[in-house]
Amino acid sequence: MMKGLKKWRLFSMLTALMIFLAGCGDEHLSTLTPAGQVGRDQLNLMILSTAIMVLVIIVVMIVYIIAIMKFRRSKLGEDFIPKQVEGNHTLEIIWTTVPIILLLILTVPTVIATYELADTKGMDKKDENGNKTAVTVNVEANLYWWEFEYPDLGIVTAQELVVPTGEKVYFNLKAADVKHSFWIPAAGGKLDTNVDNINTFFLDFDNPSDSLEDGVFYGKCAELCGPSHALMDFKVKTLDREDFNAWVEDMKASADQAAPETAVAQEGQEIFEQSCISCHAVSGAGTAGSVGPNLATFGDRNRVAGFLEHNEENIKAWINDPQEFKPGNKMPQPEDLPKRNGKELTDQELTALTEYLMGLSVEE
Amino acid sequence: MSSIAQKKGFGATLWDYLTTVDHKKIAILYLITGGFFFIVGGIEAMLIRIQLLKPDNDFVAAGLYNEIITMHGTTMIFLAAMPLLFGFMNAAVPLQIGARDVAFPFLNSLGFWMFFFGGIFLNLSWFLGGAPDAGWTSYASLAISSPGHGIDFYALGLQISGGGTLIAGINFLVTIINMRAPGMTYMRMPLFTWTTFVASALILFAFPPLTVGLFLMIFDRMFGANFFDHTMGGNTIIWEHLFWIFGHPEVYILILPAFGIFSEIFSTFSRKRLFGYSAMVFATVLIGFLGFMVWAHHMFTTGMGATANAIFAVATMAIAVPTGVKIFNWLLTMWGGSIKFTTPMLYAVGFIPSFVAGGVTGVMQASAPLDYQLHDSYFIVAHFHYVIVGGVVLGLLAGLHYYWPLMFNTMLNEAMGKITFWLFFLGFHLTFFIQHFLGLLGMPRRVFTYGEDQGWDLFNAISSYGAIFMAAGVIVLVVNIVMTIAKNVPVGRDPWGDGRTLEWAIPQPVPFYNFKQIPLVRGLDTYWIEKQEGNVEGMTYAEPIGDIHMPNNSIIPFIMSLGLFVGAFGALYNGEQPWAIPVLGLGLIITFAAMATRSLKDDLGYHIHKEDLLNEKGGKH
Repeated sequence: MMKGLKKWRLFSMLTALMIFLAGCGDEHLSTLTPAGQVGRDQLNLMILSTAIMVLVIIVVMIVYIIAIMKFRRSKLGEDFIPKQVEGNHTLEIIWTTVPIILLLILTVPTVIATYELADTKGMDKKDENGNKTAVTVNVEANLYWWEFEYPDLGIVTAQELVVPTGEKVYFNLKAADVKHSFWIPAAGGKLDTNVDNINTFFLDFDNPSDSLEDGVFYGKCAELCGPSHALMDFKVKTLDREDFNAWVEDMKASADQAAPETAVAQEGQEIFEQSCISCHAVSGAGTAGSVGPNLATFGDRNRVAGFLEHNEENIKAWINDPQEFKPGNKMPQPEDLPKRNGKELTDQELTALTEYLMGLSVEE
Repeated sequence: MSSIAQKKGFGATLWDYLTTVDHKKIAILYLITGGFFFIVGGIEAMLIRIQLLKPDNDFVAAGLYNEIITMHGTTMIFLAAMPLLFGFMNAAVPLQIGARDVAFPFLNSLGFWMFFFGGIFLNLSWFLGGAPDAGWTSYASLAISSPGHGIDFYALGLQISGGGTLIAGINFLVTIINMRAPGMTYMRMPLFTWTTFVASALILFAFPPLTVGLFLMIFDRMFGANFFDHTMGGNTIIWEHLFWIFGHPEVYILILPAFGIFSEIFSTFSRKRLFGYSAMVFATVLIGFLGFMVWAHHMFTTGMGATANAIFAVATMAIAVPTGVKIFNWLLTMWGGSIKFTTPMLYAVGFIPSFVAGGVTGVMQASAPLDYQLHDSYFIVAHFHYVIVGGVVLGLLAGLHYYWPLMFNTMLNEAMGKITFWLFFLGFHLTFFIQHFLGLLGMPRRVFTYGEDQGWDLFNAISSYGAIFMAAGVIVLVVNIVMTIAKNVPVGRDPWGDGRTLEWAIPQPVPFYNFKQIPLVRGLDTYWIEKQEGNVEGMTYAEPIGDIHMPNNSIIPFIMSLGLFVGAFGALYNGEQPWAIPVLGLGLIITFAAMATRSLKDDLGYHIHKEDLLNEKGGKH
């Protein structure tokens, strides 16, 4: 028996060690390192429920271990006939009522938080000038990319959400094709983007994201939506309110971006305007509903296509063969574009396009 | 027809099983088919874990991966767990209540063959253009837009096999209400019979919503309807509700019979009456009832609003109470008993911490705001594998070892059984415990790959290695089964020595008519009472030996199901092949002609005469 106990101790120590080593995961991705109040509320519920449940587990395990240690036939003898007990009313009442009390302890904060997190009235609050005080983002989920429209600000972006810190940011969620689910684990729980209706909720962020490893929080699609569901990532950049306002102005101004400087980039622009612009806008001023992601901030981004490292090599590879990287996505292969008549992009054209795209930026 | 245990050729045996209406043989059919699909689903599981072994793996392609996860879930729930449970129900319940067969032997056969053909149809999708790929939940927007015929196979296959399940459920309800032996009052029924009863009631109410949902899906995909097309006024959320109004009770349909099996095992191998029998019965009924009140907790993130979420959160938490009652009563059954660690008992003892772990994470997810984080992450994957593998599959494996001697009059090797248990049990925890943390670290479920350096690499590798242990356990089990069948050493009546309920009192091999004389039940654990009083027969009889009325075998259930199978191909290729509608018609004609034959041709069965019963030696005590 001692030997068994030793094994258990070793096992539990190893488990504890492993959890310790793993820490709480990456700050930009883990639900255990909440980035704002919503995430913290949810983590607190997790801690409370875990505490209650660990208590239950301990009680069960004590009774369990004593029972299977003490009442073995090998100890009691082959002929031992136990007393045929029918039951015990007192015990039944105890293990009915105590769990009810434990659950009530969990129920109260659960119900309160459910209502609090669903309260989106602040969305329509206006200041004395009649301007909305809170930032609202209309999220449209597409196969397999995200569009973020700021209806009150007249700007739109894609793949990288930019939000101000220290205030509630409201979201209107909708899917363009099939159901997806909008999830920024570090910021708080998810909400589905349905095809039928608009779902509304809010998140908040304490600090600007530039201190993070990649400078961004990670966002995920949490509802199976097709072959490339796993690759439907997005990123979240948080800026303090001042920087955010500046970014908004830059976005509005991106409509009249200066022409690219280098000859290569100018060639790229030409190709872009021939083949890509019918789906991809390059101006951040506008409204939602474009066929492909808005590219006004492409040069500022953290990833290509939401998940590939942001470098020229990946941009070329992606443009050249989108199906290879994200099976089932809606971006045509370059040779299938109407004006290309089956011609693939040459290396030179890819280089030109890449240089042009890398130059699309609203941040200095 | 009444030939007993004569040597038969392969063809004759095959014909016997195709036409049988004997619950004991149908149990074996369920066991073989369910076991086969369990292996298929297990192979799919291994492919999933190989793919996720390391980041950015390309072992299976993105689209194929979705087909594999969909078929893994669908196969395990509908084609492995349910039929295996039906196998044990068929094997044990009629014997436990002192019945000569189920109430409707013909329907029993029909239920099996519909499940069989539905399952085969679903799996043929692998060879006919691709399997379903929208997850086992097959949410409507994705399912409607899924190219190819995968979803059509899903909808038609589940429709057919679901019909079989509904028939089987009704059959057990009627059997348990009507066929109990004299003295077998409701409050003397063994717990496995009780849980079968409640699970059957759940089937009766839970499967019709699935049937409706699947029909809407079939019409949408194959016959141009727009129930789920929001651009045409349809609504995809309706599918979610219909699916989960079925889907949540479904998990109780699976777990309750497993609870029943464990209850029998705890009491048998603790050599003690089940503690708090009436509380256990009440808890079972309550779980079944509450099981219908909580479906929307699968939809907390769908956007139902705070009030709906709050109500379903509280209702869900309430289920923890009767479940807790059960856990403590099992513990107290062992307390003061004389525990013998046989293989079934090992599974039962292993089940308690596993299921408690799965139960408490369930309560965590009942807390709606917390579930916004946990939903559709690997946390939920860990949770439902803890309840379904830690509860249902451990229950099935326990039941397999426990009821094997009842079904086959031989005993699975205990040493190998214990090896299977330890491999499977440790592998199970290794695979799934770590997945809780993957979810908390932000890993969504149903992802075919994941980028490296997101903090998930090590945990996924551990999870995949754990799966190898589970697979090894199953391989040992298969070897054990093959060896046991090859050796074929009969073990006789009450091989565990501590049998308490009526099924262990019957001589082995169980005569095809079960009871020569219907027994008189004098209390809970009736065989235990007789044994304690020194009754060598093991039963007190309620009637003198007389003629026994038996049903005739029939091939009609097979043909009826075959017609649906044929017709399904017609529906599947509707609008695509010129022969589609004729084939659909042909299939329905086969089915309806078989039904007409059944209705118009009197089949009154036959009698085993008293003299034959007296002369016949039957099984040995």
